[in-house]
Amino acid sequence: MSVKRKLNTQYPILNTNKMSTGNMNLTLKVWRQKNNKTKGQLVDYKVADISPDMSFLEMFDVLNENLINKGEEPIVFDHDCREGICGMCSMFINGRPHGPKEGITTCQLHMRSFKDGDTIVVEPWRAKAFPVIKDLTVDRSAFDRVIAAGGFISVNTGNAQDANNLPIPKAQADAAFEAAACIGCGACVATCKNASAMLFVSAKISQLALLPQGQPERYKRVQGMVAQMDAEGFGNCTNTGACEAECPKGISLENIARMNRDFYAAKFISEEEG
Amino acid sequence: MSALNSNIPEGELTSKWTKYKSSVALVNPSNKRSLEVIVVGSGLAGASAAATLAEMGYKVKCFCFQDSPRRAHSIAAQGGINAAKNYQNDGDSTYRLFYDTIKGGDYRAREANVHRLAEVSANIIDQCVAQGVPLAREYGGLLDNRSFGGTQVQRTFYAAGQTGQQLLLGAYSALERQIGMGKVEMFTRHEMLEVVKIDGKARGIIARNLITGELERHFGHAVVLGTGGYGNVFFLSTNAMGSNVTAAWKANKQGAFFANPCYTQIHPTCIPVSGDHQSKLTLMSESLRNDGRIWVPKKKDDTRKASEIPEDERDYYLERRYPAFGNLVPRDVASRAAKERCDAGYGVGASKLAVYLDFKANTERYGRIEAAKAGNHNPDQETCMRLGTEVIKEKYGNLFDMYKQITGEDPYETPMRIYPAVHYTMGGLWVDYNLMTTVPGLYCTGEANFSDHGANRLGASALMQGLADGYFVLPYTIGAYLSKEISVKAIPTDHPAFVEAEQSVRDTLNKLINIKGTKSVDHFHKKLGLIMWEKCGMARNATGLKSAIAEIQQLKKDFWADVRVPGDVNEYNPELEKAGRVADFIELGELMCIDALNRNESCGGHFREEYQTEDGEALRDDENYAYVAAWENKGDGTFELHKEELKFENIKIAQRSYK
Amino acid sequence: MGSIANAFSSSIGKKLIMGITGLFLISFLVVHCFLNAFVFFDNTGVLFNEGAHFMATNWIIRAMEVVLMAGLLLHIVQGARLTFQNQAARPEKYAYNNGNANSKWYSRSMGLLGTLLLMFLIVHLSDFWVVSRFTGIEQFNGGTPLDAAGHEDLYAVMHAKFSQPWRVVLYVLAMISLAYHLLHGFASAFQTLGWNHKKYTPIIKTLGVWFSIIVPLLFALMPIAIYFGWSF
Repeated sequence: MSVKRKLNTQYPILNTNKMSTGNMNLTLKVWRQKNNKTKGQLVDYKVADISPDMSFLEMFDVLNENLINKGEEPIVFDHDCREGICGMCSMFINGRPHGPKEGITTCQLHMRSFKDGDTIVVEPWRAKAFPVIKDLTVDRSAFDRVIAAGGFISVNTGNAQDANNLPIPKAQADAAFEAAACIGCGACVATCKNASAMLFVSAKISQLALLPQGQPERYKRVQGMVAQMDAEGFGNCTNTGACEAECPKGISLENIARMNRDFYAAKFISEEEG
Repeated sequence: MSALNSNIPEGELTSKWTKYKSSVALVNPSNKRSLEVIVVGSGLAGASAAATLAEMGYKVKCFCFQDSPRRAHSIAAQGGINAAKNYQNDGDSTYRLFYDTIKGGDYRAREANVHRLAEVSANIIDQCVAQGVPLAREYGGLLDNRSFGGTQVQRTFYAAGQTGQQLLLGAYSALERQIGMGKVEMFTRHEMLEVVKIDGKARGIIARNLITGELERHFGHAVVLGTGGYGNVFFLSTNAMGSNVTAAWKANKQGAFFANPCYTQIHPTCIPVSGDHQSKLTLMSESLRNDGRIWVPKKKDDTRKASEIPEDERDYYLERRYPAFGNLVPRDVASRAAKERCDAGYGVGASKLAVYLDFKANTERYGRIEAAKAGNHNPDQETCMRLGTEVIKEKYGNLFDMYKQITGEDPYETPMRIYPAVHYTMGGLWVDYNLMTTVPGLYCTGEANFSDHGANRLGASALMQGLADGYFVLPYTIGAYLSKEISVKAIPTDHPAFVEAEQSVRDTLNKLINIKGTKSVDHFHKKLGLIMWEKCGMARNATGLKSAIAEIQQLKKDFWADVRVPGDVNEYNPELEKAGRVADFIELGELMCIDALNRNESCGGHFREEYQTEDGEALRDDENYAYVAAWENKGDGTFELHKEELKFENIKIAQRSYK
Repeated sequence: MGSIANAFSSSIGKKLIMGITGLFLISFLVVHCFLNAFVFFDNTGVLFNEGAHFMATNWIIRAMEVVLMAGLLLHIVQGARLTFQNQAARPEKYAYNNGNANSKWYSRSMGLLGTLLLMFLIVHLSDFWVVSRFTGIEQFNGGTPLDAAGHEDLYAVMHAKFSQPWRVVLYVLAMISLAYHLLHGFASAFQTLGWNHKKYTPIIKTLGVWFSIIVPLLFALMPIAIYFGWSF
């Protein structure tokens, strides 16, 4: 494509290879599964000339482009924002959710975290509550249903009091924010040996339990959300701490303890029936 | 040419909205229960509208293409949300927010809409706090604010660098509450592919279930599009991979005019492109410009490392050119200034297409303050930097980590390299004061409409507009329309209009999959992106735009002749989804160039090289172009221009100056 | 009452039972370990037998024995249920899972460690409890069940049992299992009870580590000491 540089607005990509020519060659073992009804398997793929500056998903883009050019079906995987905040990307890479680096999502993983010649195994999140849709894509709508069961403050739009009428100590607001940083990616479920969703559920319960606005529905909320979590078929927490270690947003196990406390208070102390 | 009636209420600017609210027709509760509203999109504008409409009693169906409404790209907004609260006692007011927004938009926005936006801005903060959104607070427990570009007050509320996430999760939880109560029916992994019109009114949509590939017909007394912006027309942008124009474009084809498509915002602080594998660009929040100073070397083609360039050989060009606003000039100004320096050969980094964003001076300053707090009034440099780094970490930690992750460089040690990237699109479906498009019953909210930002959006105003539309504006204004629809029974979806719409969608999908060409969808998307960036990007000129139009027309032919979409129509097929979106982007790209060519002036995000002042600032032509360009799609790639004259009765129109 | 009943059928309620019974069993270990330690202070066995006698005749202790058995049973049954349920929560396993990257193997192996301990308990109970209660001590003590002080001579039974090397090895292995079971279980129980506190959790964790080392070590030392005839 020849474009005159008259406008002097260079687009540093797409038409030049000068910036990063990759030299990594990798073997991928990727889970392929046509749909929910068929059985899947790991399939081997080779990718060549990968740049260490690529993100893991961009490496998959390259692989998919190759597959399309060869007339094969590309690998389906969830992804959207590609900056670590939407929570959509979800690959189980070399036995770990979001791959070998801590505190990041799959889309933030870069190829410089691997070595030339590596073999990389890529699987979908696996849990009964997260059925595979296709290849590496799973259905995480169970999380939405858990939120719908109480992960909110019942306040209709309009006529809220002035925001500063409700001072909240900074430490408390910060703690609520830390719990609220959860992106709902499901890495906690994926890595937990029990496929338990307690880190996710407790993060939302904690956020609202830490704030004065969340108090009126505190006990109702914890009972509703835990009941829905159980109904979805997630496993039970056995405190291995894998979820906390793998959470891209550093959500703490303290939240699970807080949820447990609230749950006991709701069931054994509160006079409200849940 | 139909008359473009913006339906702005009569009366004083400051009382228009209040009067409107008290006089707009209402729908009684029992009638609301039988009125159905379709909301497409679940971002700030969509989720807040769906939740609020359901709270009011309407029957709502909400659609998103992601796997959960919580994934909408509003989630990625980092810096903050503006509101005229004047909590900082720095002289802020509704009028100032209104004024800053009009001026920031380079006098190309509608006064009445912007004033309404400023009026409801304060309610948004109240509403979000009531929902449990953990906005940042000071030690006294009150809400904290920061500054953003284009303003001289601190009115930006934030939650670390994740404000969009927190606000979206607030709207999402309100939406999930309604879903749990059965008042909203949610359709995730569904993409709207057509607006269904009956007797000229929007009466539903055709949506594709992305998992099964099935086409579904959904009826609604009204349809609301909160489907976001079209920045991905450039292939590379800060938008999410899935962000697309399809819903708005289908609406345009059904008669909803598309306004000001050429107004695109190029954000000045993004991580530069690292190679041709790049799939998207990552923003570094504008809030960084609070504490980062932007500079390039004074010497051309300087290859020294940043740390080796002494202070007096650095050109802090924003502070030099715009002493009043310095590093906090609006985005369009900052972006063009960066481009100007790089084009002139002063760029840094391997690509030479980057400038430095340097935190050292302010790190040291913060360190000195911290040391003083601890009683050390004469700290050494090292102590200052150590203590200051802690402060910077607290404020921007997640952004610095993100930068390091992507570039492999540590921004605590060396300055960040940044370069402008496509970020936001001010243009969108034309809507009147009620947020209704030119198709009766079809509404448009948030970034998808054109309404409030003129030719340039100020930082932290997108979240404000999305939530204003969804929580506080649309739920009222839609009543004006629905109150007249109470006698309309739900129309069965075997109505010929539905059948026909579904068939045309099916035909298009089959057509795409049956081309069986040789090039991938991304191949065409990248080509389009290149044309758009080079000829309709940060700077445009007539020659370039004309050739861009020709190139895009050719690209469109090539696409429909040679695209290869693997897989099947009746299955989960992301390539097919992409193909449909790129097909729409190609048509939109052409219209953007047509609009840019039509607008013989420079304003905000639209910079025509032929129209600039001596010192390179945008040169508006208020006499001839103080209008909204609304384009009617006549089919076959032809468009008819309709103008909505902009009247400035409360603000004196002037050359925008940040000097 | 409905909410109390359904509390225990929920995932958190089930865990609560594990935590409470676990802590209860830990408290039993303390008592048991304390009594065992008597052998290190008196190698005639009189002190040990006296302790055992007290344990066997005091009505509070006897009542607690029932509670202990119930607690143990509950811990086992609930543990088994949870293990099966948790396995069912992931019907299709990962082809490759690097669990060690984010958690300790023993925290992921509580079911296995527990099963080993259960097998050990069967041997252990039939070694002593069954002998003392049902089959009779006299077979290990030259025809009389009593020691010089007139107490049941469990010490003699112990000597007889721990003269067999396989049993010593079995007991030591079991105590290693116990150590790992406790290493996770001790702190985990507090977390389950909701006791996670920035100030106290580190203390609990340290305490847990020391407890998991010292108590099983003391238990293991007994068969070893007896086998090798160490006298104190």
